Amino acid sequence: MNILSLFVLIPLLMLLALWLARGVKGVRGVMVVGASALLALAVWLTFAYLQWRRGGAGEEMFLTDSLMWYAPLHICYAVGVDGISVVMLLLSAIIVFTGTFASWRLQPMTKEYFLWFTLLSLGVLGFFISTDLFTMFMFYEVALIPMYLLIGVWGSGRKEYAAMKLTLMLMGGSAFLLIGILGIYYGAGAETMNVLELAKAHIPAEVQHIFFPLVFLGFGVLGALFPFHTWSPDGHASAPTAVSMLHAGVLMKLGGYGCFRVAMYLMPEGAAMWGDVFLILTTISVVYGAFSAVVQTDLKYINAYSSVSHCGLVLFALLMMTRVSCTGAILQMLSHGLMTALFFALIGMIYGRTHTRDIRQLRGLMKIMPFLAVGYVVAGLANLGLPGLSGFVAEMTVFVGSFENADVFHRTCTIIATTSIVITAVYILRVVGRILYGTCTNEAHLKLTDATWDERVAVICLIAAVAGLGLAPWWVSDMINVSVDPIVSRVASLLTFNDGVSVVCSDLSRMMAEWAGCAGAML
Amino acid sequence: MNNNIFAVLSLHAELWLMMVILVVLLADLFMGSLRKCWLHPLVCVLMAAQVIINLTPDTRMLFGGMYINTPFMSIVKSVLSAGTLLVFLQSDRWLSRPDTHFKRGEFYVLTLCTLLGMFFMLTAGHFLLFYLGLELASIPMACIVALDKYRHDSAEAGAKFILSSMFSSAFLLYGLSFLYGSCGTLYMADVSGLLSDSAMAKFALALFIAGIAFKMSLVPFHLWTADVYQGAPTTVTAYLSVISKGAAAVALAGILYHVFGAYVSDWGYALSALVMLTITVGNLMALLQNDMKRFMAFSSISQAGYLLLGVMTNSPQGIASVVFYLIIYIVANIGVFSVIGALEEENGGNALQREDYRGLYRTNPRLAFFMTLCLFSLAGIPPFAGFFSKFFIFSAAAGAGWWITVFVALVNTVVSLYYYLMVVKAMYIETPDEGKSPLPAFRVGGTSRICMWLCFAGVCVLGLLSVIYEGLFHWATGFCAG
Repeated sequence: MNILSLFVLIPLLMLLALWLARGVKGVRGVMVVGASALLALAVWLTFAYLQWRRGGAGEEMFLTDSLMWYAPLHICYAVGVDGISVVMLLLSAIIVFTGTFASWRLQPMTKEYFLWFTLLSLGVLGFFISTDLFTMFMFYEVALIPMYLLIGVWGSGRKEYAAMKLTLMLMGGSAFLLIGILGIYYGAGAETMNVLELAKAHIPAEVQHIFFPLVFLGFGVLGALFPFHTWSPDGHASAPTAVSMLHAGVLMKLGGYGCFRVAMYLMPEGAAMWGDVFLILTTISVVYGAFSAVVQTDLKYINAYSSVSHCGLVLFALLMMTRVSCTGAILQMLSHGLMTALFFALIGMIYGRTHTRDIRQLRGLMKIMPFLAVGYVVAGLANLGLPGLSGFVAEMTVFVGSFENADVFHRTCTIIATTSIVITAVYILRVVGRILYGTCTNEAHLKLTDATWDERVAVICLIAAVAGLGLAPWWVSDMINVSVDPIVSRVASLLTFNDGVSVVCSDLSRMMAEWAGCAGAML
Repeated sequence: MNNNIFAVLSLHAELWLMMVILVVLLADLFMGSLRKCWLHPLVCVLMAAQVIINLTPDTRMLFGGMYINTPFMSIVKSVLSAGTLLVFLQSDRWLSRPDTHFKRGEFYVLTLCTLLGMFFMLTAGHFLLFYLGLELASIPMACIVALDKYRHDSAEAGAKFILSSMFSSAFLLYGLSFLYGSCGTLYMADVSGLLSDSAMAKFALALFIAGIAFKMSLVPFHLWTADVYQGAPTTVTAYLSVISKGAAAVALAGILYHVFGAYVSDWGYALSALVMLTITVGNLMALLQNDMKRFMAFSSISQAGYLLLGVMTNSPQGIASVVFYLIIYIVANIGVFSVIGALEEENGGNALQREDYRGLYRTNPRLAFFMTLCLFSLAGIPPFAGFFSKFFIFSAAAGAGWWITVFVALVNTVVSLYYYLMVVKAMYIETPDEGKSPLPAFRVGGTSRICMWLCFAGVCVLGLLSVIYEGLFHWATGFCAG
C-alpha cells in the first residue's frame, strides 16, 4: 500500500474509533493518538522529501500511485506529492494536532464534534494527496459539508446564518468547479482524470478560455476571492475555535492550491488570458480586506478580514506568474495558515475566559493572562510581517516576485497591494495596544486565569512553527521552488508582458542568503 | 423465435411476480386472522427471492417480438423489486395500525400489480404492450393512494391521481395513434426504421413524451404530484416517488434510444427544456414547503429532472447513469421516507411539519443521524452515494454536449442543498418553540429497522463500490448495441 494513503486511512480509523469510544476521555485519547500519528507522518514525509531532493531525484511527483476506480470514466484513486503538497500536508497535520488541543474542553456533544472535525481533516488531507481530479473534488466537498454542522451546532453568535451562508457559497463555488473539471476532462479528450497526464495532453485554447475562469472561480471562492469572500468573515466569527483554525488555516488554502495545481497548471492559456481580470479582483481583496479589518471591533472579525487580505495575497501572487511570486504564494499559504491558526486559537482562549470578543470591553490582559497575551503579540507581529517570523518571509517573496513583472499594470497592482502591509500594521497594533496594555477596569476580568496545559501545548506548537518558518525559511522554499517550476514555466512561456523566462527566473538563492542574513541579525 | 409453450417459462420474472401476487391473494383470503401476522414476512421473503431470480440475465424475444427482455432490463427489474422490498419492509408499522391491518393483503397485491405493469413497460417490444403495462402500473396505484380512504385527503389524492393518470394516458394514446398513422406498425423495432421526418411523427413523439412526463411528474406536467404525495399514506408516497418514477424514466430512456434515437436533435432540446424547468421549479417550490411529505414531493420532482438529464444524453453511459442514479435515489429517498413514516406513526398517524422535527437530534440521535445521511446523499454530498450518481449523470450529459443544462442543474444542486439543510438544521440546531416538546425518544423496531439499516449501508457504500456502476455500464452498452 502507498504510504500516502495513510493520510486518509488514519482519519478513517479515527472515525471508527471515535464511534466506538466511550466517554470524553476515550474521545480525547483517540484524537490525540490519531492527530499525533498524522503529525509524525507529515514530519517524516517532509524529511524524506528533502532527502530525495538532495539525493538528486528529479521526478515531478513522488510516491505516485494509481488505482483504477471507475474504469468507464477513467476515474482513479491516484496519489502523489511534490514539495507544495508536502508542505500543505505538514501544515494540515500541525493544525489538526493543535486544533485537538484547542478544543480540549469543548462541550456539549464532544464525540459528535470530533467526528465531524475528523471528517473535515480527512477531506483536507485527502485533497492534498490526490492527483486525480475526481478524487480531489470529492475530498474537497468532504471537507466542506462538516463545516455546516460544526458552525451551526457548536458555533456562537449568528451561527445559523453564518453556517448556511458559508455552506451555500462554497457549494456554489464547487458547482462551478465541477463543470470546470468536466470541461477539462472532455476538453483533453476524455481519456484520463489524472492531473499529471492531463498536463501532457493538450487542451484546446478555446476550451481553456471557457473553463479556466470557472475552475479559478470555483477554487477562488474558497480562497476568499473578492467579491465572493463574504462567507469568510461571518463563518470564521461564528465557528468554534478549532474549526476557525482549521478553516482559515487549511481549508482556505485548498482554494489557492487548487487554483495553482488545477486551474493554472492544466489551463495555462486560459490563465494567460484571464490573469489580468482576476489580478484586479485579488488586488481589491488584499486592500479591501485590510481596510475592513481596521474598522472591526470583534476580535474574530478583525482576524477574518485579515485572512481575506492575506489569502487574497496568495491568489495575487499566483496570478503574477513568476517563479518567485509563486514560491511566495506557497510560503504565504503556509505562513498564513500557521499564524491565523495561532490567532484564532488565542482568540478562542481569551473568549472562553472573558466571554466577549469586543475590543472595547477588553483592557490590560497582559497582566491577567501573560502567556496568552505574549502569544497574541507574537501572532500579531507575524501577521504584520516582522522579520524573523513567517509573515515577513512570505510577503517579501511575494512582493519581490511580483515586482519582477516589468510592465506598468503589474507594477501598479503590486504597489497597491503593498500598501496592505501598512494597513495591517495599523489594525494589529491598534488591537494589541487596546486589549493587552493599559489597566484593566473590569472587576470580573481581574480574577481570570492564564492558559491551561492543553492550551499551552497548542500555542507553543504554533509559535514554534511560525518562528521556525521565519528563521529558517530556506528548507521550505527549497522544497517549494523545485515544484513550482514545472507549473510556472508552462504559464510563463505564454505570457506577453515580460521577456519570457529570462525575467521570470531570478536569482532565488541570492534572496535566500539575504533572508538568512536578516534572520541572523534578528538573533 | 421459439413459439412452443415452454418458451413462456422464460418470462420468469413476470411469472414469479404473478405467483407472488396469487399466493398473497390466496393467503390473505384463507389465513385465519390470527395467522395474518405471517403475511408480512412471507411477502418480504418472496420479494427477496424475486430480486435474485431477476438477476439471471438473459436475452429473450417472445410472442413475435411483443416482449423483448435484455440482460440490462433484467437488472433494472431487479432494482425495482429490491426497491419494492424496501418499501414493504418499512411498511410494517403503518400496516399494523388497527385501521389498516385488515387491508394489508390488498396493499401487497395492488402494489405488486403495479410492479408487474412496470415490468411489462420495460420489456415491451410493441407500443401496445407498453401501454398496457403503463395502465397496469397506474390504475392499482390509484387504489393504494386512496388506501386510507377514511382520511379525506387520501381519498382526494386517489381521485386526483386517477384523473391525471387518465389524462396522460389519453395523451400517450393519441401520440401512439399518430405514430401508427405515420408508420403503419407499432412494433418498436420496425417503427425506428419507418419513421420519417414528417410533422406527424414529430407530433407523435411530442405527445408520447408528454404522456411519460405526466408519469414522471416533470414540470409542467407535475401539478398533481404535491397533493397526491401529501394525501397518500407515507409508504405509498415512498413507492410512488421512487419506483414508479424510476420505471418510467428507464422505459423512456430505452424507447428514446432504440426507437427515436435518430431524432435526438429534435427531442434533445425538448428534454433539455423540461430538465431545466423541472429541476428549477421543483427546487423553488420545495423551498416554500413546510409539510414534510409535500416537501419531499417537490424534492422528488427535481430529482426526476436529474434522472431525465441522464435520459436525454442518448448514450450507453447516460442510460447506465440513469439506473445508477435510480438505485441510489431509491435507497436515499426510501431512507428519508422511512424516518418520516416512523415519526408519523409515533405521532399517532398525523402528518408532521418541519417545525416538529426541531430537537430531534436530542431525543433520537440515531434516527436524526440516519436521516441526515440520506438527505446529504440526496443533495449529492460526498462520500455518500448521491455524490457519485450525480457526478455520473453530469458527466454523461456534459459528454453529450449539454453544457448549459448541466450548468443549470449544478446551480440547482446548491438550492436543493439549502432546503435539505433546513431539515438538518431543524433536527440538530433549532430547539422547539416555547411550550412544545420535541418528539419523544422511541425505538424503531421490526422490519422498518432492517429497512433503515439497509438504506444506511446503501447510502454509505454504494458509491464507493465501483463494481455496480461498471456492471451497469457493461449491460447498458450491450443493451444499446443490440
